[in-house]
Amino acid sequence: MAAPFDADQQARFDAGIAKLLSQFPNDRKQAAMMGAVRLVQELVGWVPPEGMEQVAQKLEVPVSKVLEVATFYVMFFTKKPGKYVIDVCTNISCSLCGAEKLLEGLERKLDVHAGETTADGKFTLREAECLGSCHTAPCLQINEDHHENLSLKQAEELLAKLA
Amino acid sequence: MAATELITRNWKKKDPSLKAYEAAGGYQQLRKVLKMQPADVTAEVKKSNLRGRGGAGFPTGMKWSFVPANNPKPRYLCVNADESEPGTFKDRYIMEWDPHSMLEGCAIACYALNAHACYIYTRGEYKFPAEVMDKAIAEAYAAGIFGKSVLGSGFQMDCYQVRGAGAYICGEETGLLESLEGKKGWPRLKPPFPAVSGLFGCPTVVNNVETLASLPFIFEMGAEKYAALGTPKSGGTRLIALSGHVNKPGVFECEMKTTLRELIYDLGGGITGGRKLKAVIPGGSSAPVLPASNIDIAMEFEALKDAGTMAGSGAVIAMDDSTCMVRALWRITRFYAEESCGQCTPCREGTPWMTRLLRKIEEGRGQPEDINMLLSVASSIAPFPPMGLGQTICALGDAAALPVHSFLQFFRAEFEEHIRLGRCPFEKPWGSLGEGRFQ
Repeated sequence: MAAPFDADQQARFDAGIAKLLSQFPNDRKQAAMMGAVRLVQELVGWVPPEGMEQVAQKLEVPVSKVLEVATFYVMFFTKKPGKYVIDVCTNISCSLCGAEKLLEGLERKLDVHAGETTADGKFTLREAECLGSCHTAPCLQINEDHHENLSLKQAEELLAKLA
Repeated sequence: MAATELITRNWKKKDPSLKAYEAAGGYQQLRKVLKMQPADVTAEVKKSNLRGRGGAGFPTGMKWSFVPANNPKPRYLCVNADESEPGTFKDRYIMEWDPHSMLEGCAIACYALNAHACYIYTRGEYKFPAEVMDKAIAEAYAAGIFGKSVLGSGFQMDCYQVRGAGAYICGEETGLLESLEGKKGWPRLKPPFPAVSGLFGCPTVVNNVETLASLPFIFEMGAEKYAALGTPKSGGTRLIALSGHVNKPGVFECEMKTTLRELIYDLGGGITGGRKLKAVIPGGSSAPVLPASNIDIAMEFEALKDAGTMAGSGAVIAMDDSTCMVRALWRITRFYAEESCGQCTPCREGTPWMTRLLRKIEEGRGQPEDINMLLSVASSIAPFPPMGLGQTICALGDAAALPVHSFLQFFRAEFEEHIRLGRCPFEKPWGSLGEGRFQ
């Protein structure tokens, strides 16, 4: 299988895995899984099958164990997402304060439904479960960076700033 | 009602550094504790009547004492920082503004439990709090608080942070342990309880962020004085997260006797736009809803339990009279349908079923029999009452079913009106119902 990383990324991956493994008992290598999958995603933007294979080798587990984790958690991408992933919280407190209208506005602006990526591959728009910002609703995260107390206009301005 | 500032007292400085924490007297309680016998530390926590602040409200000292004394395996402390219950955002601020208060609590707990490793499981979406925590942990290592000899006492302790990746179920303690072991977060059958067989099959205590951040104050004030702040069964103060239709939403440190009315109208500044309060969810989205007529009630575990609801994670969500209860319940139920881990059939199949039924009613396609169907599905996940006796491995099923039971208990007429009219009678819908999975 093709290597998922270039030489520099490979070095960072190896060092990262070594650090993760040092945090757990020697016979519990699988415990480094969450950090290892996150590391792959940080390096290449998503978790490709080749990346899962590398994690499996390092943690000495079958690839199926890595696949199980990569597909269970919503923050891991097993398909390449847009350059910017926009997670809009639509949970109860946010919805009471206008989050669904914010999401609808962004769907119109980007011409996608929640869960889809724009045709140019720039934005992936998603509905997020509670982002823990209920008192500053509505809120969203762009590539995990948090923004709160947003009007649709402010959210659109945030997107306009992204290259 | 005026709040005693314990957990929140360092927040105003907005300086999460070790230097600021030590200047405010930080880590003095750990020094004191290190001179005590571990069993005496646990006894003091028991005496303080501290109850877990994560949701279940189990007495902390008692939880610690369940760790068997004669088990030769290593012991672990796990910090539940996977705050994901809708309405809840208190732990985030402890991590962002006063991370060392929690780390001091971790060290105190590890010493009492004779645990040499502490894993902080932080929810994946909390990128900024996780960065602050990483820095605080590094500072604590550099200052000799963690490592081979905690503050020169000879007690060894390591502390690591592990980030989740977006799964509400990992806030359930055994789901959290599975995730920490590098698996999907499927909750485990209990017993055995984590205190006997937890992380890596070893004795493990899982405590919430706020619970641990409360520990230094028990030793600063003395257990009796700390207990006296609360009620006979629940000591100390607690953080309440207030959101929804209120003028001043936020995190408030409250005494246990503070009522929902005082919180909403005094601390929270009343309802937005001067509207009328319609309903309150008093303990995170899974807690049974209360109608506005029932808010003269103290926000503590026993009083809320007597009222048929629960204190849960300390998240109060206020809804004004413009709120469509069918729509609100659809939103809550959809969350649990999205977050069901899929392990137990009643929860995996029942939560999307309830979501679809609610969508049908909200869109004006409801039939009179749908309400009984909704109750029947909810009952097959968790009957009500009694609470907490669900048909599933973990409490997510209860969390999904309880709101359905309680919304229908207090607001059934509104559901019937939707069906009779064939439309939602509320003038200001939130937006379209979206193209989500649960049609």
